[in-house]
Amino acid sequence: MGQVIRAAGLRKRFGETQALDGVDLEVEQGTVLGVLGPNGAGKTTAVRVLATLLRPDEGRAEICGFDVVREATRVRALIGLTGQYASLDEELTGRENLVMIGRLLDLPRAEARARAAGLLERFRLSDAANRAVKTFSGGMRRRLDIAASMINRPRVVFLDEPTTGLDPRARGEVWETVQEMVADGATVLLTTQYLEEADALADRIAVFDHGRVIADGTPSQLKARAGRQTLAVRAAEVFRTEQLAGIVAELTGERPEVRADAGLVTVPVTDPGILRAVVRRLDEADLVAAEVALRLPSLDEVFLSLTGHVASERAAAEGAAEQQLEGSVR
Amino acid sequence: MTTATMSGTMADALPPTRISARRTVRHSLTLAWRNIAQLRHSPEKLLDVTLMPLVFLTLFLYVFGGAVAGNTHAYLQQLLPGLVAQMAMFSTMGLGTALNEDLRKGVFDRFRSLPIARSAPLIGTVLGDTIRFLTVMVVLTAAGTAMGFRFGSDPLRVLAGFGLAYLFYLAFSWISVVVGLLAPSPETVQGLAFIFVMPLTFGSSVFVANTSTMPGWLQAWTKVNPVSHLTESLRALLVGGSAGDHVWYTLAWAIGIVVVTFPIAMVMYARRA
Repeated sequence: MGQVIRAAGLRKRFGETQALDGVDLEVEQGTVLGVLGPNGAGKTTAVRVLATLLRPDEGRAEICGFDVVREATRVRALIGLTGQYASLDEELTGRENLVMIGRLLDLPRAEARARAAGLLERFRLSDAANRAVKTFSGGMRRRLDIAASMINRPRVVFLDEPTTGLDPRARGEVWETVQEMVADGATVLLTTQYLEEADALADRIAVFDHGRVIADGTPSQLKARAGRQTLAVRAAEVFRTEQLAGIVAELTGERPEVRADAGLVTVPVTDPGILRAVVRRLDEADLVAAEVALRLPSLDEVFLSLTGHVASERAAAEGAAEQQLEGSVR
Repeated sequence: MTTATMSGTMADALPPTRISARRTVRHSLTLAWRNIAQLRHSPEKLLDVTLMPLVFLTLFLYVFGGAVAGNTHAYLQQLLPGLVAQMAMFSTMGLGTALNEDLRKGVFDRFRSLPIARSAPLIGTVLGDTIRFLTVMVVLTAAGTAMGFRFGSDPLRVLAGFGLAYLFYLAFSWISVVVGLLAPSPETVQGLAFIFVMPLTFGSSVFVANTSTMPGWLQAWTKVNPVSHLTESLRALLVGGSAGDHVWYTLAWAIGIVVVTFPIAMVMYARRA
């Protein structure tokens, strides 16, 4: 069916800030576009324009061929939106929220109830369905919010930082949800600050900076441009750091960086399979590791290699996307 | 679910670009239901509108009764219709605060992204608050009757009286909505609403039917004040006597207020998006 999201030359200014500075996007039916960027890059503004909540100053955008400004009502019937903050009524129960939205979408009462029950079941919220939303955990709230944007069986779903502020378990649940949506045939645009997330979910990634798309491509194309991953191993017994460094050097064929005081050994790697080999060798040597991690390039590293400048202090602080095996690994 | 069902219903029947008045009414009622469901979950939110009429009735009756009308019984017959008018106004004050708080929460983003009329969430909020009006009126009438108030006219006129008070309440709700949309925080809504409401209720014939002891400028104000017109209409409809043109003045004010405030509210609401 081709491109269901199409944007050309979108510009939006808030006072002194040029939030969008000429954004072009195209998303093909049934795929996931990951919009990656630090805070203030224009991700949320772009989503709000595409979801008809904001009028662009310049440029145009279409969802399934309908103009987001002139045919906003039609677009609203075709999309689902999950914002950064849960757009739910905190005082109503989960079920009441979903039924209300169903009714606002002109579903007959019985149909609204049936869809609400179906979605609650599917998002594993049936047990909590009759509790007020304010008693929900962060992960439950986000799941209910996503369920709420699925009631009209949308063709296009916008998820604005769906996992920000969630613990790893809740994040995993949201990821599963997104994958299910795509399996159902929806087209998804999701924004994120984590390369790891975009890598796991997106077919294509568009990197935003200062209201522009500075790079786009498949996750592997982007990672190839962004540099290699880093293997980090920390010895539980600091005095064995040298022995650990020897093992790592032998397996990777590179000279690792060693911080003897922390027992930390790091080395750039290309093959993610190295992780298993390291764990096996440590086991054979009876060497206890306090940490074994394979780090994707952080958002900051991606930015550095794409733009030559650092994304932001905050992104630098929290950007490290890590695959960690924490605790004691023998 | 398959791709085929995904593109079913909504998408096949092309959704219209305009939203009909009938659908807007239905959406507004659904959103009014939201407010009512909230109250069902936390009925303590009705505490203020339950206690307010009791406090006002008791205080004004026993403080002013003897002084104004010679005895409390005679005063109650003119005070209660006045309090119906005052309470109709006071019970709109919570609306602006609640709306201001609501707008900060994400739920309004949800409403904006749905294919419903922009006005539906605001109309729904106003209609949903009807529960507060009803609570005030039931408590006020029950307590007044217990204290000795007697309706002096037929049930139809009594009903017409409360109906008029309700229309007035709906009109004033829109002022509260505008204040709620204008104010930077819920706390400021309270302050603004109070400054506005006080001269309207006290600079009227609510507490003193005979305004001839007031200075000239205040008399002039009480004569045009819509709250005075509503009060006089209610005295005629609930207790007896001729309402004169007061009912028409009250209706004209109610319509005038909505004609001015509704468009302002819509513009303010669109701006806060």
